[in-house]
Amino acid sequence: MLTYILRRILYSIPVLIVASFFVFWGVRTTYDPTAKYRTSKDAARVIAEKKKELGLDRSIFAQWWSWFTNFLHGDLGISYRTNDPVSSMIRKAVWPSLQLMFWGTIFALAIAIGVGVYSSVKQYSAGDYAFTGLSYVGIAMPPFLFGLLAIALLVTLPVEKFHLSQPIFYSVGLHSEGQSGFNLDYLRHIALPVLTLTVQSVAVWSRFQRASMLDVLNADYVRTSRAKGVPERNVIFRHAFRNALIPLVTVVALDSAFLVGGLVVTEQIFSISGMGRLFLDALTGGDAPVLLGWFVVVAIFVIVFNLIADVAYGVLDPRIRVG
Amino acid sequence: MTTAPVLPDVDTELALPPGAEPVARSNWQLFRRRFFRHKLAVVAIVVLLLLLVVCFGASWIAPYPKNQTNLLITPGGPSAKHWFGTNALGQDMLTQVLYGGQISLKIGIAVAFFSTVVGVFVGAIAGFYRGWTDQGLSRLVDLFLIVPELAILAVAIERLGRSDNAFIIVLAALGWMYIARVVRGQVLSLREKEFVEAARASGASGPRIIVRHILPNCIGPIMVNATLAIAAAVIAESTLTYLGLGLQPPATSWGILLNQAESAVTSTSQFYLVFFPGLFLILTVLAVNFLGDGLRDAFDPQSPH
Repeated sequence: MLTYILRRILYSIPVLIVASFFVFWGVRTTYDPTAKYRTSKDAARVIAEKKKELGLDRSIFAQWWSWFTNFLHGDLGISYRTNDPVSSMIRKAVWPSLQLMFWGTIFALAIAIGVGVYSSVKQYSAGDYAFTGLSYVGIAMPPFLFGLLAIALLVTLPVEKFHLSQPIFYSVGLHSEGQSGFNLDYLRHIALPVLTLTVQSVAVWSRFQRASMLDVLNADYVRTSRAKGVPERNVIFRHAFRNALIPLVTVVALDSAFLVGGLVVTEQIFSISGMGRLFLDALTGGDAPVLLGWFVVVAIFVIVFNLIADVAYGVLDPRIRVG
Repeated sequence: MTTAPVLPDVDTELALPPGAEPVARSNWQLFRRRFFRHKLAVVAIVVLLLLLVVCFGASWIAPYPKNQTNLLITPGGPSAKHWFGTNALGQDMLTQVLYGGQISLKIGIAVAFFSTVVGVFVGAIAGFYRGWTDQGLSRLVDLFLIVPELAILAVAIERLGRSDNAFIIVLAALGWMYIARVVRGQVLSLREKEFVEAARASGASGPRIIVRHILPNCIGPIMVNATLAIAAAVIAESTLTYLGLGLQPPATSWGILLNQAESAVTSTSQFYLVFFPGLFLILTVLAVNFLGDGLRDAFDPQSPH
C-alpha cells in the first residue's frame, strides 16, 4: 500500500509540473499587464521598461522557471490588483470554500445514499419513479439556474408573501453582521449555497448508488444469505449496503474538480468570498499571478483528494490489492 | 427467440404463434423498434425538433424583430401581446428566447459534431495501434482531470474573444477527450475479437478494419456521448455567459437572458424573466439526455426487441 501511495505521488508530480507550465503559458499570453500603458505618451518605451521590470522580456520558459522556483519556496508572487501576496489571498479564500465543499459533500452523500438504497430496494415502486424523475431534472439543471430559482422561490417569495422582516434562508454571505461560528444563523446562510453546489452531484450520485446497490442485491452471496434465513433488514444493511458503497467512493473523488468548478458559480450567486470568487475577480481583473496560484492550489487539492479516495478504496475493499 | 417465455420483459408481439415463421429483421428495423419502444425518447425527439424549428425559424415565427426595444411600454409579465412578458428594455421575451435558442443550440450541436469527429478519430487510433497516441491521450486526459473545466473554459474564452465560434472551438477542444476515451476503450476490447482477426487474416488493412469492422460496432456509445456533449455544451455556454464571462449583448442566448434577469430574484413579480429562458434551457438538456437514453437502448443488441 505504501509503495502504491508513493508511486501515485511520484507520478502526480510531473503531471502537476507540466500542467503548471500550460496554465502559465495560457494565462501569461492571455493577459498583458502592460496593456494599460498603450495609450500613454512614448508608449513603446514605457511598455518595454515595464516588461523588463516584470521580467516579461524573457522567453516563456525562463519566466515559467522563475515562477516555478518561487512557487517551490512558497512564494506565489504579488497580486497585480491588490498588491497583496497571492499566498495570503488564497489562504483567506480557502476557508469559506472548504466549508461549502465539506457540507456539500456530506449532504450530497447522505441524500444520494438514502435515495439510492431506497430506490434499489423498492425498485420500480412509485417512489423509485419519482426519484428517477427528480434526478433527471437535477442532472439537467445548471447550478446557476438552480441558485436563481432557489433565491426567487425560497428567499424572496416567502418574504413577499408573508411580509417577513427577515428571510427564512439568506442569500448573501455565510454569516449575518456580527455573527460567527456554527449556529442557526450559519445554517440559514449555508443551506442554499450547499444545495446549489450539490444539485447535480446529488442527482448523479443517487443514480449511481441505485445501480451499484442493484448489482449487489443480485449477487450470489446476497441470495445465499437470504436462503439461509438472514432477516431482510440485515441482508440489505449488513450484507449488501456496505459493498454497494465502495464504487461511490471513486465517483465522489473524481467529482472533486467538478465541485471546485461549481464553487465559482455558487460563490458568485451567494456573494461568498471564497476560492470561486477569487478566481472570478482575478479573471475579470486580469490578475495573472492570482490566477496562476489559484490553478496550482486547486490542482494540488484535486490530486490529494483523488489519492485519498484511491487509498480508501483499497481499505474498504480487501479484494483490491494494490502494491 | 425460443427462450422468450423465460425473459421477464418480452414483448407479447414477439411471442410467435405456434407454427409461424420467425420474421427476419434488418439491423435498422431492430434499431427503430427498440428506439420507439422508449416512449420518453420519442417525446424528447419531438420536443427537440420543435425547439429547432421555432428557434431557427425565429425570423418567421417570432412576433417582434430581434432585439427591438420599446421604452414606452412598462416592463410586465406575460400578456396577450407579449406571451413571455417584456424585459426592462421593453424587448419581447418570447422573441428573445427564440433568437437566444439559435445560439445556444448552434453551440451545442456544433460542439457535439466536432468533438465527436476528433474524439472518434483519436480514440480509434489510440485503441487500435496503441503506442504513442495511446500514451499521449492518457497523459493529456491526466492533465485535464486535475483542473476544473469551467476555469479552463473561462480563461480560454477570454483569450479567443467572447464569440459563439470561440465557444465552439474551446468546448470542442475540451470535449473530444471524453469521446476519445470511450472509443479507445471500446476499440481496445473489439480489436481482440475473432471477427477482427478474420478481417486481418483475409488481408484487410488497419484503416479498413477500423472503419469497416470496428467503428460500426462502437456506434452506440459514440451516439450516446454525442448527445451528452450537446447537453454539456449548452450548460457550459449558459453558465459562463451568466457569470458575465461569455457572450455579450447585442448577441443573445439563454445565458444572456438569464444574466439580464438578475432583478427577478429580488422581486417575484419579475420571476418570468428567469422562468422562460430557464424552462427552454432545461427542456433542451432534458430532451437531449432522454434522446441519449433512447439511443443507448436502441443500439444495445442485448436489450429486448
